[in-house]
Amino acid sequence: MKTHGAAHLIEALKRENVEFLFGFPGGVVIPAFDALYGEREIRLVLARHEQGAVHAADGYARSTGRVGVCLVTSGPGATNTVTGLATANFDSVPLVVITGQVARNMIGNDAFQEADIVGISRSVTKHNYLVTERKDLGRILREAFHIARTGRPGPVLVDIPKDVLTEVSADPLPESVSIRGYNPVYRGHPLQIRKAAQVLAAAKKPLFYAGGGVNISGAAGLFRDLVAATGVPVVASLMGISSIPSDHPRFLGMLGMHGTYAANMAVQSCDLLFAIGSRFDDRATGNLKTFAPHAAVVHVDIDPASISRNVPVEVPIVADARCFLEDFLPLAKAPSIAEWQSQTEEWMRTRPLAEVPGNGGLSPSRVIRAIAEAFPAAIVTTEVGQNQMWTAQYFNFQEPRTFLTSGGLGTMGYGFPAAIGAQLGNPGRRVIDIAGDGSIQMNIQELGTAVAEKLPVIVAILNNGYLGMVRQWQEAFNARRYSGVCLNRAVDCPPDCAQPGKACPPYAPDFVKLAQAYGAEGIRVIDTAEIGPALSKAAKVTDRPIFLDFRVSREANVWPMVPAGAAIDEMMNA
Amino acid sequence: MKHIVSLLVENKQGVLARIAGLFSGRGYNLESITAGVTSDPTVSRITLACLGDDLIVEQIKKQLNRLIDVIRVTDLTGLPALHRELLLVKVTAKPSQRGEVFQVADVFKAQVMDVGADTMSLELTGSTEKIDDFVALLAPYGLVEMARSGLVSLERSRKSPQPGAARGSRASRRTKARERKERA
Repeated sequence: MKTHGAAHLIEALKRENVEFLFGFPGGVVIPAFDALYGEREIRLVLARHEQGAVHAADGYARSTGRVGVCLVTSGPGATNTVTGLATANFDSVPLVVITGQVARNMIGNDAFQEADIVGISRSVTKHNYLVTERKDLGRILREAFHIARTGRPGPVLVDIPKDVLTEVSADPLPESVSIRGYNPVYRGHPLQIRKAAQVLAAAKKPLFYAGGGVNISGAAGLFRDLVAATGVPVVASLMGISSIPSDHPRFLGMLGMHGTYAANMAVQSCDLLFAIGSRFDDRATGNLKTFAPHAAVVHVDIDPASISRNVPVEVPIVADARCFLEDFLPLAKAPSIAEWQSQTEEWMRTRPLAEVPGNGGLSPSRVIRAIAEAFPAAIVTTEVGQNQMWTAQYFNFQEPRTFLTSGGLGTMGYGFPAAIGAQLGNPGRRVIDIAGDGSIQMNIQELGTAVAEKLPVIVAILNNGYLGMVRQWQEAFNARRYSGVCLNRAVDCPPDCAQPGKACPPYAPDFVKLAQAYGAEGIRVIDTAEIGPALSKAAKVTDRPIFLDFRVSREANVWPMVPAGAAIDEMMNA
Repeated sequence: MKHIVSLLVENKQGVLARIAGLFSGRGYNLESITAGVTSDPTVSRITLACLGDDLIVEQIKKQLNRLIDVIRVTDLTGLPALHRELLLVKVTAKPSQRGEVFQVADVFKAQVMDVGADTMSLELTGSTEKIDDFVALLAPYGLVEMARSGLVSLERSRKSPQPGAARGSRASRRTKARERKERA
């Protein structure tokens, strides 16, 4: 049957069982939006900004494990996706982002709303395509989904010129995909796996280091079995959180810059660091020269380029985390490590994470713990900065795919649209964005989307009137020179203000009124006693977003903290 | 140290940009890059000369392997291989100097492509070192213009039949073994 390129596109999306299409229209993609008119199988979710559309698709993908899909226009529509693509690329999130392009005969002419998005997005996507022939459209879309979801997942961009969308032809969708330059390895080498079992059995102070790969590959169950079978203590990277319950007796917490005392001490003391699905990111390792100085390293990762990049590795294993654990579990023997276990338990007992003091405001850690108690099965997203670190430290995560955060790129403005996507993909669950008053304003326009879609996303704003993480650095390392971080600042403030005072405007903006203006619920929480009632009230709202404006202590800090470039056991305020 | 990496890639638009972009984006040092189609019109061969210590070059090869359009990565460094570069050079040569330039060209087996009133154009194919030497000898006459192609390389073939090797040359099997090792 002959069809327009646009109809072919929609057919291809249906073939991939796409439920939601996060989009924003524009001139050259009108044919594609026309093909969606009256569509029942694929729900078009109109974002209020293309960046919001990509983060929403990302939140959908991370929470469900399926491919998130976007459709935007050329030029500015396409360039607005770049931050979302880079976010997803860093954190291995499967996305297919379809951008419109000007007609083929106009490409290169500096046409209206033309951008070389394939060139621009090359380094922030797993792969990208410009569709130059109508006959290639079906094949390219199949390949795009295949590449996005297999191997180390990632975003794939498909740029489709307007006249490809309108060209009529009768090319069927291909049945199978074959890309000769792309054959990801899933199964690790059997000899290497056996070697890993040997070094684990012989270790005196072994430590598991779980990365995002454990969550992404669906290996959390097997990983928990491995921990139960061996009794080996566990640390997690930011992306590895939720691979094991946060309150699991063998879980020492997150390692790295804002890691727990127990986790960082364990890394620096262990004789075997057994990393699964992690990249050894600099925020996790601190100074590489002093990182895990006594440890032999086993490194399992699906991306060969991640192995032996930052730390020397004794046993490298290229494998998918789940496939690896399937092969490894039958070989794993419990090492005799009673002394090491009690050492790690003692660190946990004697140096737990302290409650963040609520000087003149709420305690952020208390707010987060209260949210975790009120909504124990929630999917939690965060923005970036203090809100993100406090959530990683204090929220009691139980299941994988319940903690969605921009780890690698560190994208402020990620959490709220991601929560929208997660809520659409998980209609029965509570989805909560734990935000700061700075980052929530980076994609606050998505309130429009959330209200229109009647999504009961809870946005818990830890409102301190500052871009808190940068302020914390300025307090710690720049002698309190609070430059460019005060969100209450007005033009008539002194240029060298280092102290919040009585004259500061109370609300900038008034989040309660702002939520109400959009038709959402807004609740302000000033006293500790109001936290519980506010959360109960939020729990009852099921048809619209809820903004909770938690007025936290203005100068609360995230502790412990390893200064940039220091060894990870050089912790401030551990 | 210098590494010569030979790539087989999809013969599609934008592939060269992906490879060049990888080098610029990650701060790798690319000395030369050449590209041309192979006997299979859907496949191009790209020869890269890159600089870096072993760790960096290892990372470069892994990153190249990650590119979807890259079909195969072979590091020719340390393997028996043929390396050639093409030079076109225009030197100043007054009629009185032509004889000397002809002599230098003759020693290097360079071709004289063009003779003008007071310049001569020469062509030479050879190893990078040979071309460097040739250019050094011509420099005193005055180099007007010069173009070098960058390296093109091929792995050498085996010299004697291998018992029991029904399929695939030793070279290609060695390449596969290396690739397996690199993957592991």
